[in-house]
Amino acid sequence: MKHALILVEHDGVNPHSALRRIVSAARLLADRLTLLVAGSQAQAVAEQAACIAGVSEVWLFDAPHLSQPLAEDLSPLLAHAVRERQASALLAAASPFGKATLPRAAALLDCAMLSDVVEIQAPDVFVRPVHAGAALATLRNPEPVKILSARAAAFPPAADQPAAPINIQPAPPAANRSAWVSTTHPDSARPALAEAKVVVAGGQGLGSAEQFHALLDPLADRLNAAIGATRAAVDAGFIGNDHQIGQTGAIVAPEFYFAIGLSGAAQHLAGMRDARVVVTINKDAEAPICRQADYVLEGDLFEIVPALLRALE
Amino acid sequence: MKALVAVKRVPDGNAPLRLKMDCSGVDLAGMPMRINPFDEAALEWAVQRKEAGTISEIVAVSIGGNACQETLRHALAMGADRAFLIAAEHAPEPLAVAKLLRALAEREQPDLIVLGKQASDDDNAQTAPMLAALLGWPQGVFASNVALENNTLQVTREIEGGQEVLALPLPAVISADLRLANPRYLKLPQLLQAKKKTIETLNPSELGVAPAPRLELLGVAPPPARKPAVKVADARELVALLRQEGLP
Repeated sequence: MKHALILVEHDGVNPHSALRRIVSAARLLADRLTLLVAGSQAQAVAEQAACIAGVSEVWLFDAPHLSQPLAEDLSPLLAHAVRERQASALLAAASPFGKATLPRAAALLDCAMLSDVVEIQAPDVFVRPVHAGAALATLRNPEPVKILSARAAAFPPAADQPAAPINIQPAPPAANRSAWVSTTHPDSARPALAEAKVVVAGGQGLGSAEQFHALLDPLADRLNAAIGATRAAVDAGFIGNDHQIGQTGAIVAPEFYFAIGLSGAAQHLAGMRDARVVVTINKDAEAPICRQADYVLEGDLFEIVPALLRALE
Repeated sequence: MKALVAVKRVPDGNAPLRLKMDCSGVDLAGMPMRINPFDEAALEWAVQRKEAGTISEIVAVSIGGNACQETLRHALAMGADRAFLIAAEHAPEPLAVAKLLRALAEREQPDLIVLGKQASDDDNAQTAPMLAALLGWPQGVFASNVALENNTLQVTREIEGGQEVLALPLPAVISADLRLANPRYLKLPQLLQAKKKTIETLNPSELGVAPAPRLELLGVAPPPARKPAVKVADARELVALLRQEGLP
């Protein structure tokens, strides 16, 4: 019987919404599935995780030093769990959290791993984007433990089930290698970029921070959308880093993506290629974004965006 | 303080990517190559710290074929003091790269290792955490700002929807987001000066590492193409079409 482990990302109260999708990915690799929750007073996280269909068991590592789980603390915990359970797979979401932690655990296990998996073709055959998403590589991974970070949007969310058992595990002592200082999450009033069904993204074409917000904020409010931006728009100071979409920044796959006043540099396309419906409002119909778009509205965005807002009323 | 910076030679992401006819891989023939932009940001940060007097020496390293000499010359022109080329026929996988860098770190004893957060070709983002694990050092990955005070690094990391600040004692591994530093443009005198600096070649066997691949590349394909875009006349028509697609 194959046994997979998943590192659960959470905020201390709720598991990350990606977890249901990572469970679906893990079910393609194993029939037995253990979720690993590390935190401080994270019982509520474990209880919710236990109710995701396909989960066999939740291991809860609860200790004060895990309140802000660091890769230095999590990686030996993961390596130990893989050995103890003789697991054949270890997964996490391909988020900044998963991508900082899994490679550290993989190295402790002397095991090669795959990042950003978007398809599992066979228990040892995986597909992942390379070259900023300009190509998809298919790889065979013969390692005894398949370690992978998975792009959540590529897998369907698992349903509910009656709660699986939660087992309290002894937490390993603190590694004391690095110390958490602070976390900032600006703009929490809007949906999170990684979870939003609609993303309104702006580029340099917006011209200034004032115009960026004057045009995009009402549209995002109307659509209950997250606001994204290109690297150029962030560097020009239109909006903060945490809104950047691309190879640097967030990788999103919303239902609707509005690309406004941006040309679509390869770097940016890497972060939004998997959106279901892409709309671009752009003065240049030859811009690369138009080849990634489903609907192109060519013209002056300073006229079109207000008209769009009126048409949505 | 001594810093080790690893630089990878990658295809220029601005040039169109060509795949081999048999879909066995990326066709690199005639492809313009450059220093991995994330590594370039890492190196620029280190050079700025050297100019500010907090870093005393920068050692650059690249792993690959002879052509990586060019990448190392670029690193030397930017401000690295000396360089190593670890000879390898193909770019090794991240775990092998991490083992090679660990072996070099054990020889060179840097206080700090700075890498790009990922290579812009493979997009793995694995080497920095793997290297930190092998050395047993703290890690600050996806760093957009790093301040150095009293032998402690204050690393600002890009996380989902925000930023996180970590304090890392030295020695440590950090990996650079593009935002960490804006690379300088190189001028002719710097390029000429770089020719006088030394590049020492090492073989993986001298470092006690066999960089054989563990994974097998079965093929590379273009991503599924979108249908050609529909050109829309005005906002009203756009909204009507998007409603049909299910826009709330």
